[in-house]
Amino acid sequence: MKRLIPLWITAVSGILLIVAYFIPAWESWGEKATIWFDVLAASAFVLGGGNLLKLHLRKVSNRQAGWAYSAVTVAAFVVTLTVGLAKIGVHPSDNNPDFAWSGSYNSSGTAFWWLYEYAFKPLTATMFSLLAFYVASAAFRAFRAKNIEATLLLGTAFIVLLGRTFAGVFLTQWLPESLSGLKLENLTVWIMQVPNTAGTRAIMIGVALGIASTSLKVLLGVDRSYLGSD
Amino acid sequence: MKRETTVWLVVMLVGLAMLVAKGVVSGVGREYVQTEQKRFVQVEVPPPIGADADEKPTTQWLPAADAAARSLTPVPGSTELGWTAESPVTPRAYWEGMKADPSRTDLRLSVPRTIGLWVAAFFTLAIFSFLYRDNPFYKIAEACVVGVSAAYWMVVGFWDVIMPNMMAKLSPDSVRWAIPDVTGEPEWAYTVPLVLSIMLLWRLSPKGAWIARWPLAFIIGTTAGLRLVAFLHTDFLAQIRNSILPLAVVDQTAGFQFWPSFNNIVLVGAVLACLVYFFFSFEHKGFVGGVARGGIWVLMITFGAGFGYTVMGRIALLAIRLEFLMDNWLWLIDPTNIHTKIT
Repeated sequence: MKRLIPLWITAVSGILLIVAYFIPAWESWGEKATIWFDVLAASAFVLGGGNLLKLHLRKVSNRQAGWAYSAVTVAAFVVTLTVGLAKIGVHPSDNNPDFAWSGSYNSSGTAFWWLYEYAFKPLTATMFSLLAFYVASAAFRAFRAKNIEATLLLGTAFIVLLGRTFAGVFLTQWLPESLSGLKLENLTVWIMQVPNTAGTRAIMIGVALGIASTSLKVLLGVDRSYLGSD
Repeated sequence: MKRETTVWLVVMLVGLAMLVAKGVVSGVGREYVQTEQKRFVQVEVPPPIGADADEKPTTQWLPAADAAARSLTPVPGSTELGWTAESPVTPRAYWEGMKADPSRTDLRLSVPRTIGLWVAAFFTLAIFSFLYRDNPFYKIAEACVVGVSAAYWMVVGFWDVIMPNMMAKLSPDSVRWAIPDVTGEPEWAYTVPLVLSIMLLWRLSPKGAWIARWPLAFIIGTTAGLRLVAFLHTDFLAQIRNSILPLAVVDQTAGFQFWPSFNNIVLVGAVLACLVYFFFSFEHKGFVGGVARGGIWVLMITFGAGFGYTVMGRIALLAIRLEFLMDNWLWLIDPTNIHTKIT
């Protein structure tokens, strides 16, 4: 029961969706299954939030190292959840002004919008922008043109980076019209359109085949790792 | 006090003093809004011309300022509803508006938005402080990211998915307080995702966590089914179809085209070379080995281009954050001419 039924659920739901793709009358099944999937994915966020709360509250209650930061996490979580679910500061929608809860939870000026605009957005954007420094420093330390492959990788990255800046345009603007294809900005476009497209296509074909075989392994019960060990 | 701490304290105090001086001299980080009174009246809308004689008028809420609302009869006993809406305006628009008419009350400084701007600046600097080394400011910002983003996606999931796609389908009447326009009869098939959702949350319970395997199995099964078809259709077949190109491009008027033909030959050859490299069923020796080596070169060019683009993307993001600090917060630069003081 603990393992057999989940295996059947996986196989039946997956195979039905594949079959539905080939039978027009069953197409709506696929749409419905996608909606159910979305609902379960949204419920998984609740599960994730519950786990986060459980973990950090335990850390706070046990006064483990860094518990104060866990308290900040819990506070940020509870405040965001409360203002979002309670629609604090949300006006009714223009079409239904007599329904106090009819407005959008993320409309401009609401408390939830404030948290998104002034906390979530700057925090995540700055976090990702930090990668510019780390990628550059890692590249500086790791990239060495010691063979043809490494030279190609390094050279292409250099051309693409330079070709997208004013410096790249400035550096090769002296080239005559007959050699305009060698101008850095044009070379970048060619690299992106020809060799990069070819490489990406081959990778995508490989990925598609990999996903198809992995999916079949899961649906046929060959791969059961998602069920855990007990 | 340690020498390093003293140096950082002095740097911070000098920065704070410069910030205060900047604020006093030419202003810094403020947000302004324009307020608008929204008023709605409930009116009786008569049946359209040509409708049945026994058709009754319907009621509808319309903006009070709307010409149609003024020409229609208000519903007896109904009261006017309304609230004050705010829309952001640039500091320049605020100054110009107040200069033209100092008695205006619809333009004002927005305290919540201004506080938000400073909070965003604090978070931006707190994250950047990690470039020096791990510190309490960074850790606080990091804790906020985790808490806010987890709750953010929960709220989005609740209002955008659970309410309209499950609750509204299961019981339209019970969600009308939040989704007034919902119509239709209950669809009992949506009991399945409701039950599976409850089973999924069982994982939080200390006992019977295995119950969560059923919804997990459904998620895995549907993902596998949907992805298998989608990837074979959009990636596998579409990429092969797009790679079948004419190796000699001939234009009806201009004749043989050298560069388009060259590009197509390189493209098709490079795709095949990469695929040969991915084929591990036989040893990469001789001719096959040579082609596979060409495939590696193409892949290296692809990775190089991907790397270059990623770095460019991150640098663009960094530039946006620096622009936020210098433009929106400190008002040190003004590329769009929105907060330069008017004379």
